[in-house]
This record gives sequence, C-alpha cells and structure tokens, in this order.
Amino acid sequence: MSPAPTRERLTVDGAGGFLWEPAAECLPTPELGELQMARLRATLQLAHDNVPFYRRKLDEAGIDPAGVECHGRAQDLPFTTKIDLRDHYPFGMLALSREEVVTVHCSSGTTGNPVVVGYSRADVSLWAALIARTLAAGGVGPGDMLQNAFGYGLFTGGLGLHHGGELLGCTVLPISGGNTERQLKLMRDFGATAISCTPSYALHLAEGARDRGLRPQDLPLRVGYFGAEPWTNEMRLQIEDGLGIDALDIYGLSEMGGPGVAFECRRKAGMHVNEDHYLAEIVDPETLESVPEGEIGELVITTLSRTAQPLIRYRTRDLCSLTYEPCACGRTLARMTKPVGRSDDMLIIRGVNVFPSQIEEVLMTIPEIEPHYQIVVDRKGHLDVVEVWIEVGEDIFGETMGQLETFERMVQQKLYSVLNIQVKVRLKEPRTIARSEGKAVRVVDRRKLA
Amino acid sequence: MKVTQLTVFLENRSGRLAEVTDILGREGINIRGFSTTEAAEYGILRLIVPDPERAREILHKEGLTTHLTEVVCVGVPDEPGGLARVLDLLAEHEISVDYMYSITFNYICFALHDIDRAVGLLEGKVEMLSNAEVGAL
Repeated sequence: MSPAPTRERLTVDGAGGFLWEPAAECLPTPELGELQMARLRATLQLAHDNVPFYRRKLDEAGIDPAGVECHGRAQDLPFTTKIDLRDHYPFGMLALSREEVVTVHCSSGTTGNPVVVGYSRADVSLWAALIARTLAAGGVGPGDMLQNAFGYGLFTGGLGLHHGGELLGCTVLPISGGNTERQLKLMRDFGATAISCTPSYALHLAEGARDRGLRPQDLPLRVGYFGAEPWTNEMRLQIEDGLGIDALDIYGLSEMGGPGVAFECRRKAGMHVNEDHYLAEIVDPETLESVPEGEIGELVITTLSRTAQPLIRYRTRDLCSLTYEPCACGRTLARMTKPVGRSDDMLIIRGVNVFPSQIEEVLMTIPEIEPHYQIVVDRKGHLDVVEVWIEVGEDIFGETMGQLETFERMVQQKLYSVLNIQVKVRLKEPRTIARSEGKAVRVVDRRKLA
Repeated sequence: MKVTQLTVFLENRSGRLAEVTDILGREGINIRGFSTTEAAEYGILRLIVPDPERAREILHKEGLTTHLTEVVCVGVPDEPGGLARVLDLLAEHEISVDYMYSITFNYICFALHDIDRAVGLLEGKVEMLSNAEVGAL
C-alpha cells in the first residue's frame, strides 16, 4: 500500500488545481505519441489474439497489430459501433475470460440488449486513477468531502467517482441520485465541499435549495464535476450561481469504462482527454474521414490501456472538436469541446439539421426562462413541427395576454434566427415539465411513435 | 381607492379551473369576482378575493405562477346608462380601459391606464371599493 496522499504532496497546476500524475499529464508531446503507439500496438495484439470479432476485422483489413505505424493516428483501423457491442452481448467482446473480469457495467439500453462493459482489476485501478486526476484538476484533494450524487449501480457515474474520490483521499459520501431534501441536509450537516452528479440534477438541487430559502453561501460546496448528459456554458453559470461553486465538466461513456475519458481543469477551456489511455480522433460522421483540428465531427476513441474489453476506433456518436494548443494549466493533453450534440440525435426538421443543443443555447440566453424545458417534435399531416415547451415563471408572467404573446414571439424569433425553421413556443405552468433525477429528457420525438 | 387583483397563469386543460377554485374554496377564500381570457393553449384567470396576498401565497405553494395588479372596483347603478356614465367619464379624460369585468352585486372591476389619475377623477362621483370592502362584500 502506498502512503495515503496528503493535500500538501499534490503538485499544483497552472490553473489552481492539482496534478495527480504530473509526469503523465504533462508528458511532452513526442513522448506521448510514442507511448500511444506502443500501447496501441499492444491493444491491437490483445484484441486480435483474444476477441474473435477483432481477429476477423483486423485480418479482413490486412492489419498486422505489431506493424501499425500511423503515429498517434489510427486511420486505417476498422471502426467499432454500439451495434457491434450489442451483437456480442453479453461477453463476446471480452479479451479476458469472464472469470478474470472483476466487475461489469451496463448502459441503459432502452431498446434491445444493453451494452455490457467488463473490467479487469487493472481496469478498475486505471478508472480510479483517471477520476482522481479529474477531481484533483478541479482543486479537490485529500480532506475534501465528495458528495457523489451520481446514481450507483450499473450506471458508471456512481462507482467511477466513488473509486476515484477514495483513491484521491477524499471522504466520499455515496448518496447516489434523488431525494433532494436529504441531499441538502447531509451536504450541510457533513460539510460536503465537492459534488458530482448530472448537470440537470445540479440545477434541480439549486432549485431545491432556493425553495428552502437557502442561499449559495449557506451551502459548504466549493466545486462540482458534472457530466453524463449534454450541458452548455449558460447552464454552467446557472449551476455556479445557484450552488455557489465552480462547475466543471467530466466526460466519459460506459463503453470506455465510464467517466474519466476527459475532464476540465480550472481554466474551463475544454476537457483534457486522457490521451495516454485513450486515443481520440474526430471524423466526419458521414464520410468517416478525419477532419482538421478544431472542426466539429464525431469523436472516435481507441482504448490504449484497458485489458478486459479493448475497443478499437469506437464511434461515440458525440459531436465535438479537439485542440492540441497548450493549456495554461500545464497539461499537454489535448482538449475536447463539450459535445454539441449526438450524430444520431440530430433532428432533421423539414430537411434542416437541428441539434437540440442549438435550441438550448438560445433559450439559455433569455434570463426569464427556467432551465427546465422540453423540445417536442411531431408530424402534423406531412409537416414536421417543433415545439419548445417553457415553464412560465413570475419573471415571464405579467398581467396581460399581450405580455405573454410578446414573450412567445420574442423567443420564436430568436430561435428562428439561429435555426432557420419556425419553432412554436408553448407556455406551460411551472413544474409541469418532467424533472429527472438522472439524465434529463430534453427531446421528445413523437414522429417515431406514430 | 384601489383594489388588488390576483392574476393566475393557467394552462388550458380540462379541469384546471376547477382545481384552482377548489384550492381557494378549501382555504375558505370567497371569490367575489373573476374573469378569464382565452387562447388556444393557456389563459389568465383574474380574481377579486378578500386578502389577495394570502390567496397568492396559497396558489404559489401549489406551484402556480401569479401576479398582483391594482384595479379599481366601481359601483354602477343597475339601470340603463349606468355603466356608460362611468365609461364616458373615463373617456372624457382619455383614460383607457385595459379590460373590465363585473364582479359581485353591481360592481365593475376596471384595469386602467393611469390608475391614479382615474382614482382621483372618480373619487366622490361614484362608489369605489377598498380591499377591506371587497372582503366584506
């Protein structure tokens, strides 16, 4: 056992957070490339030797794992999709025997088989280390109490943050999601200084605190890591105001072992990808060709260190861009933008591509609008119609119908100017739009139900 | 003399008005006057009640969005030309009526542009109710 970490022994980064693994996080780029190459070859060999699906794919593509040369890139390698994982349900993608797998997680899998992800003991340790990196970058360290309000169970958020928080030396409060009353009570009684949950739940907690007459300064929280669903910078500001904290972003997906693929440092200028363990590329979701640095496309990830279930060029469906520009925090790890949408969530409305995140950005610029809203897509006759449901709070509600109608028109015009399609605004009574304590349901596409 | 009107935002779904009036009824709040506006999806319910602040508090707890507005409640003789006389007076002084509706007995509730000028104008010419008098109706 290594000695318990202390706050004083952590290295401070250039943005006021901590470096958990300074050597790895600040590895000079050429060395990082060599490390990635060596790990990529080992991963390909592992997959080729132990996963029949990959042996067939790599052999068909004529790829010799030991001979792969593309430095830091993986352009000739075959892709893996969620469908591949479903097709090999439950354990067909494992590179180890089931007996050597210490735990499994599953994606929600609302249709068909869930996606199963296996972990070796080393994978669990790696996961904990990557979450420790994340929390440390936010200035969380030994002595902090982490209120982990991610759901515990098959969802990776709960246990991932739990393992990482413990490794870092935090006191982890495994409260899981839900029960706002208890969350606020224990937060204050125990003096929780850090929190992790979905951004929509963070807003829900902020609302709960406000309803109980609690001001941000009444809450002991200092920092939070939020992820597992899309959120915007405007939502960040609302969370920061509502809870009186720094709100930072964490990215991951269960297929990659959960959260910890990428994380924000305190500069809040994109999420550092843990490139020593994940090889990230951006491709055009239509042509599957690489796009230039800084351009938005689909994030594709190859695991470099996972042993139970290596994945090669996994299509995340998340749309974002990457930058390799140095960051003031001192990490050399590339940064990804917040995902702006899902390549498979893109709504095609009367032939126009619409990302729900575009609608959210517009709504968040209108201060009167509560953070709870829903986008409802339907087909009337042969025409697609989009409605945005907004709750009418006291800030919107005046005295006359005219004021409400003016407000509706203002929002509709703003949406039109960004989306170039007509969107109908529907005003709803407060708290009539379903709140989620997990992932928020922002889009209801009724066209699929017809 | 002015009266405080309670305004409520309501979605247009069946039974909603009944729910809201039930809540007020349970709390012993006697509605002395009301009007509704209509639109396809939502409407505004305007209420004249004793103790509008308390009524607002109750509805707020139920999660409803509300607003308080000052209006004038004027007694109008129940005879031909009774209402016209009040309206003529306002028109003469170019005070425009945003909306109006009758409340219990022979009173009319007016939302007016420039309400303070209207109060001064009507004072002594017609009967005007106070908040307390609305409660006692």
